[in-house]
Amino acid sequence: MVLATMLESGVSLEFYIILSTILFTIGVLGVLIRRNAIIILMCVELMLNAVNLLMAAFSTYHGTGDAQVFVFFIMVVAAAEATVGLSILVLLYRNRKTVDVGMFNKLKG
Amino acid sequence: MSVEQLLPLVLLLPLIGGFVNGVFGNKLPKTVIGSIATLLVAASFFLALSIFFQLDKAVEVKLFTIISLEGLNLDAKLLADNLSIWMTLIITGIGSLIHLFSMGYMSHDPGYRKFFTYLNLFIFSMLILVLGSNYFMLFFGWEGVGICSYLLIGFHYSDAQKGFLNGIAARKAFIMNRVGDLGLLIGLFLLLKQFGTLEYSEIAAIATADDFVNPTWMLFGITMCLFIGATGKSAQIPLFTWLPDAMAGPTPVSALIHAATMVTAGIFLTVRSNYLFELAPDTKTVMLYIGLATSLVAAFIALRQNDIKKVLAYSTVSQLGLLFVALGLGAYTAAMFHVTTHAFFKALLFLGSGSVIHAMSDEQDIRKMGGLKKYIPTTHWTFLIGTLAITGFPLLSGFYSKDEILGYAFAESIPLYLVLMFSVLLTAIYMFRMYFLVFHGEFRGSEEQKHHLHESPANMTVPLIILAVLSVFGGVLNLPGLFLHDQAHYMTHLFEHNVAGMDLIHMEHLPSSTILVLMAVAVISCLAVLLVSYQVYVKKRSLPKEDAQLTGWEKVSANKLYIDEIYNALFVRPVEWLSEKGYRFFEVAILNGIVFGIAKGFETTGEVVKKWQSGQVNWYVLWMISGIVGLIIYYLVKI
Repeated sequence: MVLATMLESGVSLEFYIILSTILFTIGVLGVLIRRNAIIILMCVELMLNAVNLLMAAFSTYHGTGDAQVFVFFIMVVAAAEATVGLSILVLLYRNRKTVDVGMFNKLKG
Repeated sequence: MSVEQLLPLVLLLPLIGGFVNGVFGNKLPKTVIGSIATLLVAASFFLALSIFFQLDKAVEVKLFTIISLEGLNLDAKLLADNLSIWMTLIITGIGSLIHLFSMGYMSHDPGYRKFFTYLNLFIFSMLILVLGSNYFMLFFGWEGVGICSYLLIGFHYSDAQKGFLNGIAARKAFIMNRVGDLGLLIGLFLLLKQFGTLEYSEIAAIATADDFVNPTWMLFGITMCLFIGATGKSAQIPLFTWLPDAMAGPTPVSALIHAATMVTAGIFLTVRSNYLFELAPDTKTVMLYIGLATSLVAAFIALRQNDIKKVLAYSTVSQLGLLFVALGLGAYTAAMFHVTTHAFFKALLFLGSGSVIHAMSDEQDIRKMGGLKKYIPTTHWTFLIGTLAITGFPLLSGFYSKDEILGYAFAESIPLYLVLMFSVLLTAIYMFRMYFLVFHGEFRGSEEQKHHLHESPANMTVPLIILAVLSVFGGVLNLPGLFLHDQAHYMTHLFEHNVAGMDLIHMEHLPSSTILVLMAVAVISCLAVLLVSYQVYVKKRSLPKEDAQLTGWEKVSANKLYIDEIYNALFVRPVEWLSEKGYRFFEVAILNGIVFGIAKGFETTGEVVKKWQSGQVNWYVLWMISGIVGLIIYYLVKI
């Protein structure tokens, strides 16, 4: 309920929206620009958590708990996703001896 | 066991044999394969025999429903009556003897397992053909024997020298049979339209009812179509040229399929449908003359053939012609009688020729044989009996069955009798010619062949002896009333219920003196031919001329009346011409353009689109995000 106290303390909803947007944009740009696969995975996590933050903020704003429960689910799925993503990455590394996504171009048609 | 239980077993045993040999045969030794095939067919024969003795009325056994539509039910149903069980006895009886013979004949063949599988499947199909209770089952078996015949004619398709020709012969048989099959199929559709059912018993009930109005043209169409089907399977003009070529198959196959059983399918079909044929006298007339012409043409060609199996093949065609004459005269039981005796002696002759070919190291040309009498005595004696039986030598089986048909012909009209008698005379001429050339005189083959001459093993001679005994005494089955009054016409009475209520037998209406005269004529002509042939081929040692020296009718006969050439010019070449032109002007010019054009279109599109797929993950994400952004903008603008 830290968030609730923060809202009550006068930090308005707009700030949360702006913060999540910034976090999300950083994530998207990171995925687009960076070539290190680990950084890309981290950026994906960043995007997810930006959304989580936004949901929690709206949930508190509306005074209902549903979205916060949803956030937990997203966290669990994100953890699983990170596991799978990292495993793939390990295998890719064994194959190519690099984590540079520029080298992973086997999907080329 | 009751008939209902035995009947499916009779049908299933050969199928089980074919399945076991076909699937597990590669792990089994040759003797086991041959024994399985032979014993199962023999078991089927004994079961059929037990059915035959306990059968007092027609029994139908329903296995399952094949197609069920509104107003049309096609059942897989078996029918046991005297006619179908009689045919079953011939098929499985002769079939098991031929299986036994094949165990010796094929013992050196690498395709031993395949051969017995096909042979068992053939027996199964043939049993479906005769045991089915409706025309649909008959058609099923009809096609089954067609495909088995195809497989067995082309059995040696990989033979280095003749493999290609064997394949061509198999194809010819198959295509010619297809022409006949189409006729049969149309006949079945017409039957369905007219009677609304394909069951024999239901059609018979409708057609023989007193208030049945005869739709003349419809019945003429139906019976003509059935007859066209019969001409294909039973090798009548114009679809007979496949049968002599079918001799490319192994000899036991020729004996089983192309002499004793499959070719009688057309006769069986006609006898089964006799109540329809009785309502369409025009078809019977057509059948009579086609049969007569086939009988004469085939006998004429057989006069100057030099391949031992070809002579027998043309003799089969000629005998089948005789059978159709009998059917055309309405002498259904006489035809069935001759089918039976013919199965005995023709199987005997073919197996005998197989034994000769086996002894001669695969030589089939009778010009290279001669004097085989002392080298292969068992084969010689049995072959002699077969020859005498087919030529109508007194008191052998062929004498009675042929005489019965001749008697019907005489009762119909004297010119018909004379022409038929002429055909019978030709039979005697070519059969004695072949017999004397093969077994008498000096040996004319190479020294190596002479060295290898040997009598066949017991599993080949035993079937020969059994068949020889049957060929001698087969006539007992339907003795004319002249000799024995109580036991006479056994078969005629057997088939009373199968044959539509026509008067039982014309012969009975002829006075005894006429029958005696007819018999005397037949006997004298047969003996005369025998004596003349003996003079020509044994005393004067006359040999067949070489092909180049043949002139006049001999050349025409040796060249099979040029019928193959005529068919080539009439049918084969136009079709080839059409397909060649079609290939050049339609397929290459039009079809290829369309097909390749479509393919080219996809190829070009693919070339362009694939550039988008760079393999760089970042670019894919960029496209994805652009899509999402685009969607968001779209919805924002729309709102």
